[in-house]
Amino acid sequence: MLYVPGNSAAMVKDAHIYRPDTVMFDLEDSVSYREKDAARFLVYQTLRTIDYGGVETAVRINGLDTPYGKDDIEAMVRARPNIIRIPKTEKAQDVSDVETEIERVERKIGLPIGTIKLFVAIETPLGVLNAREIACSSNRLLGIALGAEDLVTSLRTSRSKDGIELYYARSQVLYAARVAGINAIDTVYSNVQDEEGFLAEVRLIKQLGFDGKSVIQPNQIKLVHRVYTPTEEEIHKALRVLEAIREAESKGSGVIALDGRMIDKPVVERARWTIELAKASGVVPEEVKL
Amino acid sequence: MKLVNNAAGRKVPETIPGIGKLEPFQGAYARTPLVRREKGSRTLPRLNKIVDTLEQAILKCGLQDGMTISFHHHFREGDYVVNMVMDIIANLGIKNLTLASSSLTSCHAPLVEYIRKGVIKRIYTSGLRGVLADEISHGLMDTPVLIHSHGGRARAIETGQLSIDVAFLGVPSCDLYGNANGFSGKSACGSLGYAIVDARHAKKVVLITDNLVDYPNTPFSIDQDLVDYIVIVDAIGDPQGIATGATRMTRDPRELLIAELASQVIVTSGYFEDGFSVQTGSGGAALAVTRFLRERMLERNIKASFALGGITSQIVKMHEEGLIKRILDVQSFDLEAVRSIGENRYHTEIDASYYANPLNKGCVVNKLNVVVLSAMEIDTEFNVNVITGSDGIIRGASGGHSDTAIGSGLSVIVAPLVRGRTPTVIDKVTTIITPGETVDVLVTDHGVAVNPRRSEVLEKLKLSRLPVYTIEELKKKAEKVTGTPEPLPFGKKIVALVEYRDGTIIDVIREIHT
Repeated sequence: MLYVPGNSAAMVKDAHIYRPDTVMFDLEDSVSYREKDAARFLVYQTLRTIDYGGVETAVRINGLDTPYGKDDIEAMVRARPNIIRIPKTEKAQDVSDVETEIERVERKIGLPIGTIKLFVAIETPLGVLNAREIACSSNRLLGIALGAEDLVTSLRTSRSKDGIELYYARSQVLYAARVAGINAIDTVYSNVQDEEGFLAEVRLIKQLGFDGKSVIQPNQIKLVHRVYTPTEEEIHKALRVLEAIREAESKGSGVIALDGRMIDKPVVERARWTIELAKASGVVPEEVKL
Repeated sequence: MKLVNNAAGRKVPETIPGIGKLEPFQGAYARTPLVRREKGSRTLPRLNKIVDTLEQAILKCGLQDGMTISFHHHFREGDYVVNMVMDIIANLGIKNLTLASSSLTSCHAPLVEYIRKGVIKRIYTSGLRGVLADEISHGLMDTPVLIHSHGGRARAIETGQLSIDVAFLGVPSCDLYGNANGFSGKSACGSLGYAIVDARHAKKVVLITDNLVDYPNTPFSIDQDLVDYIVIVDAIGDPQGIATGATRMTRDPRELLIAELASQVIVTSGYFEDGFSVQTGSGGAALAVTRFLRERMLERNIKASFALGGITSQIVKMHEEGLIKRILDVQSFDLEAVRSIGENRYHTEIDASYYANPLNKGCVVNKLNVVVLSAMEIDTEFNVNVITGSDGIIRGASGGHSDTAIGSGLSVIVAPLVRGRTPTVIDKVTTIITPGETVDVLVTDHGVAVNPRRSEVLEKLKLSRLPVYTIEELKKKAEKVTGTPEPLPFGKKIVALVEYRDGTIIDVIREIHT
């Protein structure tokens, strides 16, 4: 998910060329108070005009507790991005409030209710503790993201290389996402010069179980994809597992073994997931059956 | 047979049937006035071409109204020589000169005054930038500037179409007899490729240096037998403007995206094979192509036979790690390239004629497989503009663009689809520098277009997973974002003629009314 400041025409007009999975236009923290209107207008016009070539679009709105949140929703539902992202979510009610507003506008303009999907960002200690209720609060929710910059400040610490200070928050957000059956997206890595540090963090969050990462610099997209793209060996192994399953099913045999090791349900699940990821990464053709 | 006494007291014939007229010996020094007569002295004036001041050198050259003087542009934005020489010429009251520099940059703004005062009547150059370019674009000169390519200039000089009366050539190191090179001294610029042509063909050659070294200054780029006078000055350029450390690799994601796509195009094109040759321009994206090509070369164990052109630290590094066998250097872009050309015999200095003169017996652009070039505008006929900005003002240079495009097997243009609010791919470029029939592939941040003339390249790219479009489709993509720009307010007056490398006029630039 690529952050794009909503007031930068140069970046807004074609951020999809870097092929992130989602482009997220920001109306919140990267836009100064004086430019809130201009950014809202720019993002609205761009979303109505520009073909983003199949890349998912999202808009991070200002919170409903600010003077801009309501107008943002009013305009963005009409602009019709795939997703509206709610900042600094602390409780399920925050999501419901936004959802009510969205529904109101959807009704007004005759859009089928539920067209606009939601993403939430957890950026405070209270949000982290309420992650589960937040993640389960709406059918529109596609995912839950961790925003670490404000959080570490509230925790009276700072970001470190190994990310120990975020261990609890990351785990909490991830568990909440899994309980709700939605995506978990990790926070940004702000030192854009440090490629090695960034890669290390992506490997860490992938190992934790996250589905992806927010990025602030297009050069980081390729690196995330590199870590998340299954290796040839992993794909080969997964395909063999799936093949063995198919064979066993056709023979009607119950217990399945491959290379002398039993294949149980979690192994099959992981193999499926590996092939899904490989397809999404473009290294395995869509035609391959699961 | 008639015999006469010669100066050695021998009887020798004046003519021999079958050979013709013969000259009797007249004394060892009679016909070679520059050879020293008094052995043992090293300070005889004839063995030392140094004159005290630039003014004396100009007077000794016999510079007069209406003559043609030349300069080189190896000091780029750091050049002091052009302005220094013009100051003195103006003070001497000489007028109506033709100034033929291999190129001019924004540091040459003071020339505006000399054009106004009639000191400079005509200009030949590869490019113009800054205030000078702005003034000329607005109609400063009565006679249009002649824009030539680097190869076209060498051709014009060698064929006599451009006859230089006096060449004023800044050199970073020089001995008292005129052996000069570009890679040593505080103003080091590396290759003197453009200056060498002037030194060979100008009627008089004045070297200007800030670094007099012991005789003989070997290896030399300009040799003593070409040089008339030498002037020593405090500084011939600003090192900051001449060359900076190692050219930094761009971090701009858009440039990197274009560069990576361009490298994929090259790899897929059929031209990427062991022993291929390559030139990449110095712009951010063009330069970054080198980095991505390097990765592919390592992966596939491919080595380049040579790299050509403006040489950068990246090329030097790839040469030193064995990926590029030879370097042919007409212009060194950074201090790493300067160091290398001084140390490495396989990093060879070439002159502009060897580089790109279309009429000599073999210029090296003809041996080039792949060139990556930038563009300000490109049109649906693949014509490229690298000289006039979207505001109609001159802000670039022809350089080796048209020379390498036609000489290479695969010419790849890299450019963002939209710059600011202006589309790069348009219906008709403002000024044609390189004709579309010599341009093969366009790579933008939104996809690739192949010149339909190159159907075999198009087929190869289509088989890959690269985003290939027609150039009309790319134009539409650009216009969807920018709309169609208003036509520029050009007047009638022609301010510059664009000469194609063969000496014909390919386009004109008109006065802009802004």
